Amino acid sequence: MLSQFLQFLFAGLTVGATYALAALGYTLVYSASGMINFAQGEFIMLGAMTASALVAAGVPLLLALALAIAFTTLVGVTMAKFAVEPAKTTSMTSLIIITLGAGQVIRGAVQISLGKGNHALPGLSDERPLHILGAALVPQAIWIMGLALVIVLVLFWYFNATMHGKALVATSHNRLAAQLVGINTMGILTFSFALSAALGAIGGVLLAPITFTSYDAGTMLGLKGFVAAALGGLGSALGAVIGGLVLGIIEAMTAAYVSSAYKDAVAFILIILLFVVAPHGLFGAKSSHRV
Amino acid sequence: MRLAEQAAPMPLAPDARALLEVKGLKVRYGPIEALHGIDFAVAKGQLVALVGANGAGKTTLLRVLSGVHRQSEGTIGFDGTDISRLAPHRRVALGICQAPEGRQVFGPMSVEDNIRLGAYRRQSADLNERIDQAYVLFPVLKEKRKLSAGTLSGGQQQMLAIARALMGEPKLLLLDEPSLGLAPLLAAEILRVVDRLRQQGITILLVEQNARAALAIADFGYVMETGRIVKAGTGPELLQSEDVKRAYLGM
Repeated sequence: MLSQFLQFLFAGLTVGATYALAALGYTLVYSASGMINFAQGEFIMLGAMTASALVAAGVPLLLALALAIAFTTLVGVTMAKFAVEPAKTTSMTSLIIITLGAGQVIRGAVQISLGKGNHALPGLSDERPLHILGAALVPQAIWIMGLALVIVLVLFWYFNATMHGKALVATSHNRLAAQLVGINTMGILTFSFALSAALGAIGGVLLAPITFTSYDAGTMLGLKGFVAAALGGLGSALGAVIGGLVLGIIEAMTAAYVSSAYKDAVAFILIILLFVVAPHGLFGAKSSHRV
Repeated sequence: MRLAEQAAPMPLAPDARALLEVKGLKVRYGPIEALHGIDFAVAKGQLVALVGANGAGKTTLLRVLSGVHRQSEGTIGFDGTDISRLAPHRRVALGICQAPEGRQVFGPMSVEDNIRLGAYRRQSADLNERIDQAYVLFPVLKEKRKLSAGTLSGGQQQMLAIARALMGEPKLLLLDEPSLGLAPLLAAEILRVVDRLRQQGITILLVEQNARAALAIADFGYVMETGRIVKAGTGPELLQSEDVKRAYLGM
């Protein structure tokens, strides 16, 4: 009984950690610009697909992962510079639609260049599972949770102890004042896209060894990440992390104790409930502007 | 003929250098023109007051000077170079620092973080000394330095906005309504600080609705009305002018 529960909990935390990384991506862009980047899910897919293509081409694993993350980051920067920045003076709705369009372009480009099939990616270490209280934990899951934790800690340090991080936080609180103290708010926007693309890609290359990946894997992961971010109250980094983990665990438990057919529905039922019951998210009311 | 054209004014003695020189500035918000061709100058070392009623375009003018809103026509010269198309953060780097109107602080961040961010373009080894200088100017900020800026009173937030602008080591300090909404005693205190900053050699463009108080400490003044400069003169001249008295001083 306990071992079964632990098994589901591990599964939930593992997926939840990648949702958390995606949710952090949404949160970063939202903080820097007030917009929702619906291409976030495609960053996850692009990282995983690029890495798997590179590995298939014979590039050593770690180098392939690094290159895939770098390439995805570059795509994020390109998107900010050429799709978002030129339209910065239009309405928020237009900007959000632009991100949807950019997401479709990324997805289409991957479909054309890498095909429609499922792609696998080897894990970071050997695949023999560890046994904890009767539950099996694959090493890749430990990598995902561990690296997600490291990333979150680094982000907290960056926001609270570096001048550049504080500038990003300041921009989220008051854009006009940020410009008047000399913060390059356009640069902050580009940087937030770069960082969120990198976070997405890291989540993607970590998750792919467990789930496989394909050109259309980003859509669902992106939506889940958005639900996680909304759950945590958009704009709150801590909220994004907790939202991601909570969503992952609820999903795993639903699959285990209700029906795996409803696994994906959970996120969407949650977000409808959220909009009705707590529109500012679980952490939004208290700390909607904390990053 | 509008007064604006007669007044297209040069406040400077022939030998004085203009730090800021604005020519033919027009600004629109969508289809509406908010500034209809502004010409004015600020001489180095002077305290220049820009007075006028609500909605005259004073805040718009300051935003354009800082680059956060773009002019549709006209040029802005600063220290001999044309900055008309420069991004806001580059203007701050050149030394144009603004304390904006009304509580524009980083609310959830600490008072000290707000002050530090003022020095975003002026990171130097003596940063802590400069923060101490800001605290000497506004001792109340030192007491509250660990509190979040949003918890300060209106007057304290105004002081914080000024302190933050000073951390940018301004060559030209733009102050937008620093005494707005403050109790008279506090308003007078803020204007005393402004006067002290001028004595330290900082060039200041002061926007105020409280025309009397602003003109009393200003070397030179401009009167704005519905997007135009309608009068220019030294502080005492404007204070004595019948038009200004009637319109702005309630006499």
